[in-house]
Amino acid sequence: MTPGARQIVFENVSKFYGEVLGVNKVNFSLEPGITSLVGPNGSGKTTLMNLLTGLIKPSHGAIYVLGLTVQQPVEFFRQVGYCTQFDSFPPGTNGYDFIYWPLRLHGFGHDQATKLTNEALERAGMAQVANRKVAGYSKGMRQRIRLAQAIAHHPTVLVLDEPLNGLDPMARAESIALFETIAKQGMHVIISSHILEEVDRISDCVVLMSSGYVVAEGQIKEVRREVRDHPMQILVRCSNAAKLASAAFELDHVVEAKILSDGQSVLIRTRDAEQFSLLLNKVVSSGLVEVDAVAPADDDVNSIYQYLIGSDGGPA
Amino acid sequence: MSIQESVARVQSTLKEQPWRLFASQVSILVRTEVRRNLFTKRRIWVYLLALIPVLFIGAHDIFSRYHPDPAQIEDDTEVLAGIIQLYYLRLGIFFACMGIFTWLFRGEMVARTLHYQFLVPVRKEVLVVGKFLAGVVISVALFETAVLACFYLIYERFGGAGRSYIFDGPGLSQLGSYLLVTALACLGYGAVFLALSLLFKNPIIPGAMLLGWEAVAPIFPSWAQHLSVTFYLKHLCPVKLPVEGPLAIFTVVAEPVAPFVAVFGLLCLTVAILVLSCFLIHRLEVTYTAE
Repeated sequence: MTPGARQIVFENVSKFYGEVLGVNKVNFSLEPGITSLVGPNGSGKTTLMNLLTGLIKPSHGAIYVLGLTVQQPVEFFRQVGYCTQFDSFPPGTNGYDFIYWPLRLHGFGHDQATKLTNEALERAGMAQVANRKVAGYSKGMRQRIRLAQAIAHHPTVLVLDEPLNGLDPMARAESIALFETIAKQGMHVIISSHILEEVDRISDCVVLMSSGYVVAEGQIKEVRREVRDHPMQILVRCSNAAKLASAAFELDHVVEAKILSDGQSVLIRTRDAEQFSLLLNKVVSSGLVEVDAVAPADDDVNSIYQYLIGSDGGPA
Repeated sequence: MSIQESVARVQSTLKEQPWRLFASQVSILVRTEVRRNLFTKRRIWVYLLALIPVLFIGAHDIFSRYHPDPAQIEDDTEVLAGIIQLYYLRLGIFFACMGIFTWLFRGEMVARTLHYQFLVPVRKEVLVVGKFLAGVVISVALFETAVLACFYLIYERFGGAGRSYIFDGPGLSQLGSYLLVTALACLGYGAVFLALSLLFKNPIIPGAMLLGWEAVAPIFPSWAQHLSVTFYLKHLCPVKLPVEGPLAIFTVVAEPVAPFVAVFGLLCLTVAILVLSCFLIHRLEVTYTAE
């Protein structure tokens, strides 16, 4: 595979901590936009992010970020910003210095570093408390100051490990809006999060992980399509829920048809959504049932994640 | 590839490097590290290591004002030589460098802050040099100040005779030698402890072994002695100590070496260990859970 100048590429990447598996045989490439890494604790999300940013080295395989590797740190880290999950800071530092000095290491002069520091503080909503010691910040403030540091040098690739943890709803909404703005500028934003509804709403792409394996990767709808073995839920609002449920049950691929409490909706679980659509067309054209609305009930990250990973946390 | 081609390639690679950026990064690293590590409560024990002899000499000065003793300048010159050779070079600077230089990387790993320095566009080699120089600035500033204070207090109580010993006698030259030896000790031990911190998760045990090695190195063959920091330092000490018995092992100079060779040898040893550290840093991964 030739690493693209706009892509993030993992080529057969494995990481073992002694005999313990971190991630195994990871192969994918990411286009610009927002990508969410989703998986339970210990699934390898942070390992993948640490590998991507060179904090740890792969046991096998190679990683390219916009055609660069961590062997070229000067070029690489001008393109990459990483907001880690580690809630620790250099002792005695204040919010301003925490952003300013790394910018100086980037090679920015005093004036430019000052300008970028103030801009990052504004974007993260931390300008008012910049001169306070980080040790006195709340958890949400510490999260935001780390985010400010990660975005201060205007990276092309922004890697965010659980960036919404500890944020209040307002700050969370602001952060999400910021990620969307950055992504719209043609940049990569890679987010790991347990707040599935939020990453679902903003993600262009998801990477689902379990026990160190990537179990699915791609756009949410594509991933859902890949998962043919797992029943998909479709909610149908119609004039006669009982008749539709009975017709649906005659199909092999329908595993469940549940009439909801309003008496006018049926929740169908089917292994073949296309076949079910054909049935629905037949039922409607025969005049037996009038259909008001059809909607996928689980075409979101959370449902796909539940399907793929299952309650035991093992790979699907 | 011929040797000439290899040399040309190395030259071209060296020319392509952004040396001005590297220099600026080293300067920023030194500034931030010194600020973080010099004036901090965590370093109080290092200040104490540096200042203990100063406090003793100061207390002795005050005591001797009320109870004058017939001490001669020559006697106190030997006392000063003993303090520097047996305390500072063997223990004070050794343990202070252990604390300062092992903290530069391993301490950051323990404090879970190393990733901040691995996520900036700085070559790992630049990081090693910057942190090393910061450690050198801290240790040299502390111990040179302490040695200067000891020197001043020792000769100050002799009044005019003391000033005459310093400015008209060998005093000033001895002070220069002590300051040089102190700086070289900080460089040498600093480089060793920096490398040990990159090699071992807990550098205290190898540090204790190093202390033992530095003590017994004089009984080993000449080539092995060259791997000891104190081997070079002993040749630069201006006053020979009249120590007898087992302690004499700390002062004996088995094979005299010219001062220039001693300085150059220690600088070469320091550079060699730093180069090793530059290789070792590439193996270092940020895995805080393993600490």
